[in-house]
Amino acid sequence: MAGLATTFGSGAMTNSINEIENAQVILVSGSNTTEAHPQIARRMLDAVDRGAKLIVIDPRKTLLAEFADIHLDIRPGTDIPLLNAMMRIILDENLVDDLFIEMRTENYYQLRDMLYRLDLDEAAKTTGVELSKIYKAAQLYAQAQKSVICYCLGITQHICGTRNVQSLANLAMMTGNVEKGDTGVDPLRGQNNVQGACDMGALPNVFPSYQPVGNIDFREKFEAAWKVNLPSKSGCTLMEMTHSGKDGPIRAMYIMGENPMLSDPVLSKVEETLRNLEFLAVADIFLTETAKLAHVVFPAASFAEKTGTFTNTERRVQMVRPAIAPIGNCRTDADIISALALRLGYAMDYDSPAEIMEEIAMLAPIYGGMQHDRLEACWGLQWPCWDRSHPGTQFLHKYYFTRGKGHFVPTEHEPPSEMPDKKYPFLLITGRIYHHYHTGTMTRKSSTLNRECNEALLQINQVDADQLKVRNGETLKVTSRRGEIKLTAEISEQVKPGSVYTTFHFAEAPINLLCIDTWDPLANCPEYKVCAVKVTKP
Amino acid sequence: MQDVLTTCVYCGCGCGVYLQAENGRVVGSTASRNHPVSRNNLCVKGWHLHEFIHHPDRLTEPLIRKKGKLVPTSWDEALDYTAKELARIRDQTDNQGIGVLSSAKCTNEENYLLQKFTRAVLQTNNIDHCARL
Repeated sequence: MAGLATTFGSGAMTNSINEIENAQVILVSGSNTTEAHPQIARRMLDAVDRGAKLIVIDPRKTLLAEFADIHLDIRPGTDIPLLNAMMRIILDENLVDDLFIEMRTENYYQLRDMLYRLDLDEAAKTTGVELSKIYKAAQLYAQAQKSVICYCLGITQHICGTRNVQSLANLAMMTGNVEKGDTGVDPLRGQNNVQGACDMGALPNVFPSYQPVGNIDFREKFEAAWKVNLPSKSGCTLMEMTHSGKDGPIRAMYIMGENPMLSDPVLSKVEETLRNLEFLAVADIFLTETAKLAHVVFPAASFAEKTGTFTNTERRVQMVRPAIAPIGNCRTDADIISALALRLGYAMDYDSPAEIMEEIAMLAPIYGGMQHDRLEACWGLQWPCWDRSHPGTQFLHKYYFTRGKGHFVPTEHEPPSEMPDKKYPFLLITGRIYHHYHTGTMTRKSSTLNRECNEALLQINQVDADQLKVRNGETLKVTSRRGEIKLTAEISEQVKPGSVYTTFHFAEAPINLLCIDTWDPLANCPEYKVCAVKVTKP
Repeated sequence: MQDVLTTCVYCGCGCGVYLQAENGRVVGSTASRNHPVSRNNLCVKGWHLHEFIHHPDRLTEPLIRKKGKLVPTSWDEALDYTAKELARIRDQTDNQGIGVLSSAKCTNEENYLLQKFTRAVLQTNNIDHCARL
């Protein structure tokens, strides 16, 4: 999200899900949309049915790529040279939106100078895509009146994740494809409330509504509201906590509804850190891999047992309503936190979640008009929603960018930190599948979903399979410099020779054992998507 | 049978979904016809949304580690012990030694409370969640 925050001023989907179906050109980058965001893929395919053009940037031939007019099957980790090449072509063909750049943006000449230094043939060679295909894609995107970009973790989970996002933002600003309906740059958020958790300030450097903790004015506002002195120093990020090691600065952790023992990179390091904590408390609905290491485990109520709100990827804040009372002796996370606070001498006394939301509305300007009684009466409201008479915001940056002027950030190629070599000749790509979700804490408990798919498959190209003399369904050993796991082979044309692909949903095949622990220095986002592995028969 | 309109808990699309409750159990899920995102449609995960809610593996009692093993305990003991340990480590490490992970699966209200708890009670900004993953 750091990428969009530095260019536009707001790290969220600029436009809305339903606008995608009205776009003329849809550029999808690093998103396996049909499997990870089925409803959004539906809008894309509806648009294609109505004649929209689809450009897919993905190293794999995903289902969506099969519907694409142009599939740019780049080498993993070469998004920046590809996007720079597209922008250079747009510049050469004079498809630039001069008026928009002049009125609404800054730092354009730096980008232009960098693009003029770019060697197109060289860039095309780096990406592994024919230049003619890049030409077609650039023209298609820039010539349409309404072009939208959708991206997902295939863009951000790289060592240059932030700069990848900035490149996409450059492309959109250069052609004036922001600030109006049916255009924009849309990051598809992976989890039901990852947007909301960010909005609520579950981040080490900001209070709710992205108000920096280092700023004295904001701190004083929260100190007055909460009647307590607050720390000014930014805190540790997730990776700094879970990878701090045996003698790290973190001595105790409280983990609510997360499973870093399966979701974080280099699991051995996470395990070492968590096992050596003086105290670990976990609140969850199941005994996850992380909860098994805890000193205290709180049984939490599931979403079907509580009232509250989720914020979806298009910034829409929607009600969550209880269908049943908490099962067994479960309590909601809100109750657990309030009880702990009370025991530590600080009263957090609320009659209902609606009352908590009132406090949020008072302190978080973008949620200013989001009281439960309003949200009950409609299909939710999209932030920013400044006050009770505000109707919510369908698309951002109308008339001016959140940060004032859109800021071009010229970016250059940075290769992934680990590339295949003689010893580890394959490139491992990771992602999701349709039937399961994340660490599988919930979906693996569903017999129907397990019937569809209950094991981690390793997609491998026919060419490589022939060389290894492997058939469908055989077990393969996948080894990286950090660990090894066993997976079942699935011969597939989706991956190119030299690449293999698998998912991270399965505890019995924890793929993150293999992943590299380098991360984007600007966003601290780990490089999950690429690492070098060896594939052998066990 | 009672239909309760709520929001799906899986991906970021945020589909409107009805949970079908009968005698204190959620027995089915179905799409909302007029919801702007789901439009009478759900993915396979959404249609089977209810299946994990009553799974026998659900935690229903607080657990505490005694002699190396997690055993059931009362809410009071679990909360008292947690509060005591958090206070001890907070004070011994000058507010620097506790890390908190919030959740992209929990509600806005709960995320708000947990960051308030971390900042106001634990006196640290060591709070994050899996947005980076």
